[in-house]
Amino acid sequence: MNLIGFENYLWLASALFCIGLLGALVRRNVIILLMCIELMLNASNLLLVVFAKMFGQMNGHIFVFFSMLVAAAEVAVGLALIVLIYRKFKTIDSSFLDNLKG
Amino acid sequence: MDLTNIAFIAFSAITLICALMVVLARNPIYSVIFLILTMFSLTGHYVLLQAQFIAVINIIVYAGAIMVLFLFVLMLMNMNASNEPNKSLLWKVLAGFISGGTLITLLVIYLKNMGDIPIQPTNNSALGAALPPDFGYVKPLGKMLFTDYVFPFEIASILFIAAMVGAVFLGSREKRTDN
Amino acid sequence: MILAKILILSPIVGFLINLILGKKLGKASGILGTVAVLISFICAIFMYQKVVSDGAYEVPFFTWMHISTLHIGFSLWVDELSSWMMLIITGIGTLIHLYSIGYMSHDKGIGRFFAYLNLFIFSMLMLVLGGNFIMLFVGWEGVGLCSYLLIGFWFKNVEYGHAARKAFIMNRIGDLGLLMGLFLCIQNFGTINFNEINSIAAGDLALKASGQLGLYQPYIYTAITLCLFIGAMGKSAQIPLYTWLPDAMAGPTPVSALIHAATMVTAGIYLVVRNAALFELAPFTLNTILVIGMATSILGAMIGLFQNDIKKVLAYSTVSQLGLMFVALGVGAYTSAMFHLTTHAFFKALLFLGAGSVIHAMSGEQDILRMGGLRNKIKLTHLTFAIGTLAIIGAPFMSGFFSKDEILEKLYNHSPVVWGFALASAAITIIYMVRVYTLTFWGKFRGSQEQESHLHESPSSMTLPLIILAIFSIFGGLFNLPHILGGGLSQKMAYWLSNINSLKVLPPHTSHLSHSTEIMLMLIATAVVLVLGSFAFLKFKKQTNDQLVKPRFGFSLWGEKKFYVDELYHNLVVKPMESMSDFCFYYVEHYFIQPIVFGSTRLFYGVGQLLRTAQNGNIEYYLAYIAVAVVIILTSILFVF
Repeated sequence: MNLIGFENYLWLASALFCIGLLGALVRRNVIILLMCIELMLNASNLLLVVFAKMFGQMNGHIFVFFSMLVAAAEVAVGLALIVLIYRKFKTIDSSFLDNLKG
Repeated sequence: MDLTNIAFIAFSAITLICALMVVLARNPIYSVIFLILTMFSLTGHYVLLQAQFIAVINIIVYAGAIMVLFLFVLMLMNMNASNEPNKSLLWKVLAGFISGGTLITLLVIYLKNMGDIPIQPTNNSALGAALPPDFGYVKPLGKMLFTDYVFPFEIASILFIAAMVGAVFLGSREKRTDN
Repeated sequence: MILAKILILSPIVGFLINLILGKKLGKASGILGTVAVLISFICAIFMYQKVVSDGAYEVPFFTWMHISTLHIGFSLWVDELSSWMMLIITGIGTLIHLYSIGYMSHDKGIGRFFAYLNLFIFSMLMLVLGGNFIMLFVGWEGVGLCSYLLIGFWFKNVEYGHAARKAFIMNRIGDLGLLMGLFLCIQNFGTINFNEINSIAAGDLALKASGQLGLYQPYIYTAITLCLFIGAMGKSAQIPLYTWLPDAMAGPTPVSALIHAATMVTAGIYLVVRNAALFELAPFTLNTILVIGMATSILGAMIGLFQNDIKKVLAYSTVSQLGLMFVALGVGAYTSAMFHLTTHAFFKALLFLGAGSVIHAMSGEQDILRMGGLRNKIKLTHLTFAIGTLAIIGAPFMSGFFSKDEILEKLYNHSPVVWGFALASAAITIIYMVRVYTLTFWGKFRGSQEQESHLHESPSSMTLPLIILAIFSIFGGLFNLPHILGGGLSQKMAYWLSNINSLKVLPPHTSHLSHSTEIMLMLIATAVVLVLGSFAFLKFKKQTNDQLVKPRFGFSLWGEKKFYVDELYHNLVVKPMESMSDFCFYYVEHYFIQPIVFGSTRLFYGVGQLLRTAQNGNIEYYLAYIAVAVVIILTSILFVF
């Protein structure tokens, strides 16, 4: 049987999340940014699966399932938007995309 | 050190290293490849956690569909070169502080509440009985999905249609010539 | 029920249509406005008959406000008093609307004029029909607003605008008194319903009659009634708040007739009669009313004696007559006051409309020194004006004779001194009214050639109301014939009106004058009218142009200048107010308020400038904010739990 302590998973997931956050902060490529968001999502997915096992209930798996659905939809639309941005501005550097400046 | 522990450590190492490489790689193509590797190692974790269905879905949806989409878009934009300019050093340090601070905060919270985290599900009677024998199988999952969660499931399908229409609409070249 | 709704809604519908479509309707708006009031009048007649046969009844519409224990219903209370007032308002209102069609036919703002008039009728109906103080107050303010709008109807003339403002502000002082009275009622009685207040007062009256102490302290009643009387003072133009009424003559003449003679200014009388039981419990207030009414009556008459503007004379006459009504209220002769109110409404409306007809004929001239000899030119106007004059001076067997006689009789019963003063006021009234009449219609024409060639009788829409009002001015006394002339008790208006709740509970007046005294008083009044009337007529008829225009001196100069009351008010109230405003503007505003206001704007502008750099449009920054916020929240959770 599995004898790995759950706290290890918690640390792993936190580390994964923070790596994703770091990437989202430092990279300028919008596609990489999107991928880093996927990393953070996966960190939370991992935690959900861990908790499902911790409490012996499968609702966590369902949540992961829906989370993946949403991620897929998000990526589809997000990438379409990025393509559009690229067509219009000829760049996907997030530092240049600051039209919302207040 | 039994096999599970070795597997866990190996998978964890691959996950973290690949995730770091996603962030650090200069070439976006490499980033995608490392992300796929991260997904695979996560799938290994899912298997270890007795989430077989999720493991399969993860490979199919993430590593298969989503990552391929990323690759396609990168190819579309001809982004194989690492021509991305660097951020300023100050910003990098700042980002490191922020993400590191988040990590530390999370770890401190875990450590503080360590007593509440059960070591093993099977050994901890406080959290109920042992795992059911079919934990993580497709059958109980499907039952749950189509009974308790049928409404979110249908909503999710609507979301998909909306996303599909949106993506197709956004992706199509505008044929209109006005403004 | 449905009648009451139509009665109330018809003028408001007329108002809305005239307001929105006034410009497109043109002259049709006059007909529309008149019909709207006529419908109300017909409803009023039916409601009156219902009151006659079934007695008073309430018409609840809906609950308006509900504040803990205080219930304020939007309901009408139709009893003898309110249905009587209703008939006067809608009846005379209809006639004056009809008159206005002719009078205002050359004016561009005719739609606006009729809209305001209809709104006035609506507000006045609310005032007299309201079942509680709040409804009355709504109507009270509504008529005040209409009065303001109509005085300043020709707002392009700055003087008229000032007159309108003066009326509005003076009324505001009175309204404050009314509001204070209303609040005191809520505080002490916990209700503002007329009937409930009345039953409280009735209980105390009964206790008092049996020699016990009342439920409430006497000073409470004194305070409430004094406050209410201040309200009545403002609306009914009593000293010291009377100066707005003469200035209100800036409005079109039908407005002067309807609002500033027949209906609105009598609201104060109505208010006192409606709460007669309260006033009966406050002898001090009644004495105050008596003194102020008497002073107003004599002062108004004396100023009227020296005025040359035909409308101003009538205005001061109104002030004087209202004073007389308050004198009657002061001695507890409530029904006599109501009777005089009714006859006064007839003959004063008639006089004003007649004056309007004269002004119309004289192409806008209002100075009686420039008139004269008009009796042959505008015969119908002359005849009706003569009837009005006879009625107001109390010539025998005209309506004014009976109503004034009844008041004098009650005053004599109270105290012969008061009677003497009232008789003096009546005597002055005779002189100035005969003066106006004689100077206008007799002697030689003193106006310009151009005016003489333009002289013409008014159209029939204007003369018809004159004739109807003249008939009522003659026979109006029949409503309330004195006992000795065969007025059966049951037919008497006074008896009928004394059925209302506030009068029913009053202790009956025990001492009655003997018949011989009554006849003697009547004979004295008749003699005064005949002697003074013929004397004045002969005197003014013979006056030549030179005598008329020669400068006055001494007392009569004082009178011509209205005893400098306006100047007194100006120095006492307006000037200190102005200097205070100047102080506030030049010092408080500049050195205190402006720095605070501008300083705060600068502060927020600076902070905003600082904060907008955060909104730089870059996603990473936003992401960083989120992360930092998450860290902060988590940390705080860590420390709290």
